[in-house]
Amino acid sequence: MPIDMYKTQRYYHHKDFRKHSHFHAGKGVATEGKKRGAREIKIVRKVLDVNDAIAQQNRDMFAEKDVFVVNVMSSPGSGKTAILEKTLSHIMQDVRSAVIVGDICTSNDADRLAVSGAPVVQVNTDAFGGDCHLAAHVIKTAVDNFNLDEIDLLIIENLGNLVCPAEFDMGENLRVVVLSVTEGEDKPLKYPLMFRVCHAALLNKIDLLPHLDYDRNAAVQNIHKVNPQMPIFEISAKTEEGFDSWIEWLMQKIHG
Amino acid sequence: MHEMGIAMQIVEIAIASIPGDLENARIDRVNLKVGKLAAVVPESLHFCFQIAVQDTPLHHADLHIEEIPVVARCADCHVQWTVREPVFKCGQCSSGSVEIISGRELDIISIEVVDEDTTDAD
Repeated sequence: MPIDMYKTQRYYHHKDFRKHSHFHAGKGVATEGKKRGAREIKIVRKVLDVNDAIAQQNRDMFAEKDVFVVNVMSSPGSGKTAILEKTLSHIMQDVRSAVIVGDICTSNDADRLAVSGAPVVQVNTDAFGGDCHLAAHVIKTAVDNFNLDEIDLLIIENLGNLVCPAEFDMGENLRVVVLSVTEGEDKPLKYPLMFRVCHAALLNKIDLLPHLDYDRNAAVQNIHKVNPQMPIFEISAKTEEGFDSWIEWLMQKIHG
Repeated sequence: MHEMGIAMQIVEIAIASIPGDLENARIDRVNLKVGKLAAVVPESLHFCFQIAVQDTPLHHADLHIEEIPVVARCADCHVQWTVREPVFKCGQCSSGSVEIISGRELDIISIEVVDEDTTDAD
C-alpha cells in the first residue's frame, strides 16, 4: 500500500529529530534561531545561474551568427518529431535549418529528421535514466557540430517532458509547446509553467478528432487561462492540415 | 525530476560561499526560496539533498525551503494578486497581459556556517 508506506515514512521521519531537515515551510521554520555559534552568510543567488549564464553566452553567439533558435517541447508521444519532419520539408528550400534532438537514449528521432537533408545532432542525456531536459551547456557543446555560418534556423527538439525543460533556458529565441488531442484537455492547467514560458502552442493530431471525445474548445480555453495571448495552431502532422498558418507564423518570427 | 542536479548545484554554491578565513567550516543550514511555479518538488529536493551532502562540509546541514506564492500583476490596470489556480487573466479588467512578479524563484538566500575550530562541540 504505497499511501500507507508514505505516511509511515513521514511519521518515522518526524520521530527522527536528529535529522530534522524536512520541509516545514510556512510553519515557523523561517523564524527558528540559528544554531549556537553559527554565522549566517547571505548569498542570494539563483541555483540555476550557471545554466542561465551559459544560455546567455549561447544567445550572444547565435545573435552574432544570425541564427534563429527554436526550442520545441511537449510530453512524450505528442508528435514533435513528425511535426518537425513536415516543418522541415516546408521550409528547407528557403531556410537553411539544422536540428539538435534530445532524447534519453536512441537516435531514432535523429535518423527520421536526417531524411530532410538538414544536419542533425542527437544528444542522449544518458542511456540509463538520464537527465529529463536539455540544458544550456549541452547545446553549447552540440553546436560545435555545425557551421553556424551556414545555418539560419536551429531547431532544438527537447526531451518529452512538460515539467523540467520549462525551467532551463538554452539561449533560444522562441519556445513552442506541442499538445496533442490524444492527451487530456487539462494539460495546460497541470503544467502551467510550460504554457507560460512558451510563445505558441501547436495542437497536433487533429485528424483524429472524429474518433475521439476530445473537447478541443476546452483545450483552447485551458491554454488561454494559463496564457491568454498565446497563439494556438491546430494542426495534423499526418495530413498537414493547418500547416500553412503555422509555417507562416514561424517564418514571420524567423525573419523578424 | 531534476532535483538531484539541483541539490548538487546547491551544495556546490554553498561550499563556494564559505568564507576563506574559516579553515574547518561546517555548514549547518542552507536557506532556500522556491517559487510555487518552479519545477521543483520540495520533498524530492530534501531527499536528494541528503544524498548530495554526503562527504561534504554540509553533511549535517538542514535544508530549509521557504515556498514563495505565485504573484501576478496586470500590465494594463496594474492590479496585483496571488495566483492560486493556474489562471493568468486579470480579475479586474480581464486583460490577458499579465506578468509574473514572484513564484519562479529557485534561490539560495543564505548559509549558516560553524567554524569547528572555534566552537565547542555540542
